[in-house]
Amino acid sequence: MGLPDDYRLMARIRRFEERLTALKDDGEIPGSIHLCNGQEAIPVGACRTLRDGDHVTATYRGHGWALARGVDLTGLFAEMMGRDSALCGGRAASPYLSDPGRWFVGENSIVGAGVPVAAGAALTAQRTGSGAVSLVSIGDGAMNQGNVHEALNLAAVLDLPLVLVVENNVYSEMSRIEDMVRVRQLTERAPGYGVPGRVVDGNDPDAVAEAVGEAVARAREGSGPSIVEAMTERLVGHYSGDAQHYRPAGEIAAAREREPLVRIRRAADPALAAQLDAIDAEVAAEVEAAVTAARALPFPDPATVKEHVYV
Amino acid sequence: MSESLRYIQAVNAALTWALDTREDTVYFGEDVALPGGPFGATKGLHKRFGSTRIFDTPISESGFLGMALGAAMTGLRPIAEIMYADFSFVAMDQFVNQISTIRYASNGRWRAPLVVRMQQGYSPGACAQHSHSPEAYFAHTPGLRVGLPATPDDAYQMLRSAVASDDPVVIAEARMLYPTRGPVRTDAPVEPVGGARVVRPGTDVTVVAWSRMVSAALDAAGRLAEEGISAEVVDLRWLNPLDFDTVAASVARTGRLVVAHEANLTGGFGAEIAARAATECFADLRAPVARVAAPDVPMPAAPTLQAAVVPEAADVVAAVRRTVGR
Repeated sequence: MGLPDDYRLMARIRRFEERLTALKDDGEIPGSIHLCNGQEAIPVGACRTLRDGDHVTATYRGHGWALARGVDLTGLFAEMMGRDSALCGGRAASPYLSDPGRWFVGENSIVGAGVPVAAGAALTAQRTGSGAVSLVSIGDGAMNQGNVHEALNLAAVLDLPLVLVVENNVYSEMSRIEDMVRVRQLTERAPGYGVPGRVVDGNDPDAVAEAVGEAVARAREGSGPSIVEAMTERLVGHYSGDAQHYRPAGEIAAAREREPLVRIRRAADPALAAQLDAIDAEVAAEVEAAVTAARALPFPDPATVKEHVYV
Repeated sequence: MSESLRYIQAVNAALTWALDTREDTVYFGEDVALPGGPFGATKGLHKRFGSTRIFDTPISESGFLGMALGAAMTGLRPIAEIMYADFSFVAMDQFVNQISTIRYASNGRWRAPLVVRMQQGYSPGACAQHSHSPEAYFAHTPGLRVGLPATPDDAYQMLRSAVASDDPVVIAEARMLYPTRGPVRTDAPVEPVGGARVVRPGTDVTVVAWSRMVSAALDAAGRLAEEGISAEVVDLRWLNPLDFDTVAASVARTGRLVVAHEANLTGGFGAEIAARAATECFADLRAPVARVAAPDVPMPAAPTLQAAVVPEAADVVAAVRRTVGR
């Protein structure tokens, strides 16, 4: 993968999130949604380094990870519309969806809770000798959760093939991360677990792929977990209804100058720009087709509401 | 074939069976491998099965229960040990938001075949943080199976049922029962989870109990028989799946119901049994349902204070006398 493919995937994620926002405004999406606009380069760069069989665990801001892992667009829209999707049948919606068919262990709407679960997927890989790795994404705020600390230490002492990607968008939900930790970079905690930590430009898919690729290779060869801290910026609120009064004037406008899609656009020569225009049009069409297909799916049958509590 | 084993030996035998017959099982928890467990439940297992199958974890209940979930989702069948049931509270998110919900939230596409083993209840001198009986918290959570073995045989059979189940199962043993000895059917076929059992037939009153209170109820039934009161004792065994049919059938015979558990009274699982009886057995009941439970105080450590709160056979006897009007 390289530029055109990465751009296509990032554009698909962006378009998905923007379309979702419109659907939310139109009342087609119940519940709150947490969007990753601006952070697309992280799942796209990271998933480029993975193979089939490698598990990915994300957070409620995880639509980009689902798409980067190849989860079906129509299924995602339908799931968030509360329809009988092939993903989770409307039982999970935006913040807790998963897809075993794409090794997507899934999102988690409890902050930090995905890391122990991802350690479990890594344990399976280790004990069965499958050669798979387990990659888990969290936000900067999750580094203050006890679960993350427990799971990181556990993965370290067991040498589990785990890669922790911290998407540092500098906001711990609606509070600045610098007010919540006494370290400048969250990877400063990595030596405390005896694992490597690297900080990368999270708006550059190549930089992310290089750093995550190194961590994945290390995990795959049995050398244990690593932390990659990808610096990025959120172009939107913590959740769909977030008015973002807490963000300083001009911050989002400045972020828009640095976000991954704009960055590629700015550097593009006329030939590439034409190619990107074509990709944008194709992505817009596929997203719209997915919305149409999702709308055609029925709402789940209330008679099934008690199914799947137990095997 | 049946062997005479202590309860804790029956647990060890069931774990040996699990690791021996199922390659997908792994066992982990605090001090379970090299130390063999604080009560000897895993004695000898590390030597026999090695570090790939049984290993020690850091003191991180939430971390390793979450790890059990992820491992179960991706193909292993983990058995995780919580050393004292009291320590499960630091990992409550795992039970309530993670382990119990993933199957449902994925529309049945993931499953979480794992077992959480723990031991609970008071023992002399154990403080409020080492004496909880938390079964009602787990039974309140849809998606979990919950079993409380009362005998060595059930310590063996129910733990095997839990391992064989494709649902997540909490097995809460009673530390005070560990030294008790009884026949264990080591060659019995593995049963599915669930099923209450009438362990003493009677005609005047039904006493429903589980865990340590089953033996207290049997003691009580013996004493009551001397007074001419015939008590039927039901060992509920599993709170989930709940076999209320066995309870209702017993109440239909006796017309009276006493529920006994060591957990605190308010919101204890006895309240659920009483509520169901009020709904489903109303026509059969000739007296109000009575509950035997610890009063709503944290467990004190001093034995003289513990004796004032821990329910025993005498409390069951007194509740039955009130219920039958003597």
